[in-house]
Amino acid sequence: MKRRLAAALTFMALAPASAEAHLVQSGMGPVYDGISHFGLSPEDFLPVIGLAFLAGLRGPRAARLTMAAVTLAWLAGGAISLAGLALPPIVLPALTAALFLVIGGLLAANAELPPALCAGLATALGIMRGAGDMTGVSASPSHGLALIGMTASVFVVFALAASITLPLQRLWMIVAARVSGSWLAAMGLLFAGWILRYGARVQ
Amino acid sequence: MRKATPLFLLLLALVPSEAFAHIVKGEAIGFVSGFEHPISGLDHIIAMVAVGLWGAQLGAPAIWLLPVTFPLVMAFGGFLGLIGVPLPGSEIAIALSGVCLGAAVLSEFRPPLWVAAVLVGIFGLFHGYAHGAELPPGQNALLYSIGFVLATGLLHATGITIGLIHRWPWGQWALRGAGAVVMCGGAFFLWGAVV
Repeated sequence: MKRRLAAALTFMALAPASAEAHLVQSGMGPVYDGISHFGLSPEDFLPVIGLAFLAGLRGPRAARLTMAAVTLAWLAGGAISLAGLALPPIVLPALTAALFLVIGGLLAANAELPPALCAGLATALGIMRGAGDMTGVSASPSHGLALIGMTASVFVVFALAASITLPLQRLWMIVAARVSGSWLAAMGLLFAGWILRYGARVQ
Repeated sequence: MRKATPLFLLLLALVPSEAFAHIVKGEAIGFVSGFEHPISGLDHIIAMVAVGLWGAQLGAPAIWLLPVTFPLVMAFGGFLGLIGVPLPGSEIAIALSGVCLGAAVLSEFRPPLWVAAVLVGIFGLFHGYAHGAELPPGQNALLYSIGFVLATGLLHATGITIGLIHRWPWGQWALRGAGAVVMCGGAFFLWGAVV
């Protein structure tokens, strides 16, 4: 009976559940809304992971500088959007595609970027995606808390991803990081094609 | 076990599922359809896997250079297809890729690295173009692209993983046999594309 119950519970656990990229409310408060928004938005977390790999491969100094830049820029971008400054509808997906392409391309090429350039790229990503996440959201304390939750997620995910890359010595591990960059760039290229084909209708 | 089966079936019936009467911005559908696209045609599958097999046969640095460059070249082909650049004869080129890559694996052809990269790149361009030109409208673009690239990468990874048997003598023969199968498959699709 126990075995049957365990099998039934396993089966229930494996049953697919829906995942929504834009949660109305997680039910756990605005900070968790922000965290879950970041975790369920590939346009947010994929370039952050790519950037962390890129900076991590350049050493601890570049990783630290880039981590600070992306976190602060995300906060600033969100704050700009909350203040009522919005990007035109087509600009956000176009810039997202461009950043996927640039970050992925540089990672695939294992480019020897100086730390300042990594931080510059991080600033561009942070401002753009932070602003994008808060587009159309009214300024209120709860939305401010959601932005803080999002920014905290950026910090944690970046730190974890960069810490994976920092000690990489073996060739195949570095190759794996570079392959992920190539995939990121390929996604950006296809996304750019979509934008050129369908314009502002692209989500 | 016999008693457990009805219990599983009952649980299966009780698992809630969503009704997509109104698709939520097409997001989940976008990823799934993007993931399905590269694996929906056998002509694409055999060529993608053959790239991995050939890379494994050639060894380093081809084994890692090809999976780094191929998704990019293929995505560029997809980009060309999406923006409407005409590239005639793509179906023939796709079928030819099966024949040529299969023949390369069968004969353990070892050209200079740049020749292998250019050959694979040209074929990748046509494969990506075919996918890009056939893309359905109304899907989530980014999720579709993520699914598309993931499926392509996983097909290469499958080929490379299979190709790792090359380290054993029997594996080398088995790989060459797989190359022959790919070549025959390519010839079949080429016949269909030409006739």
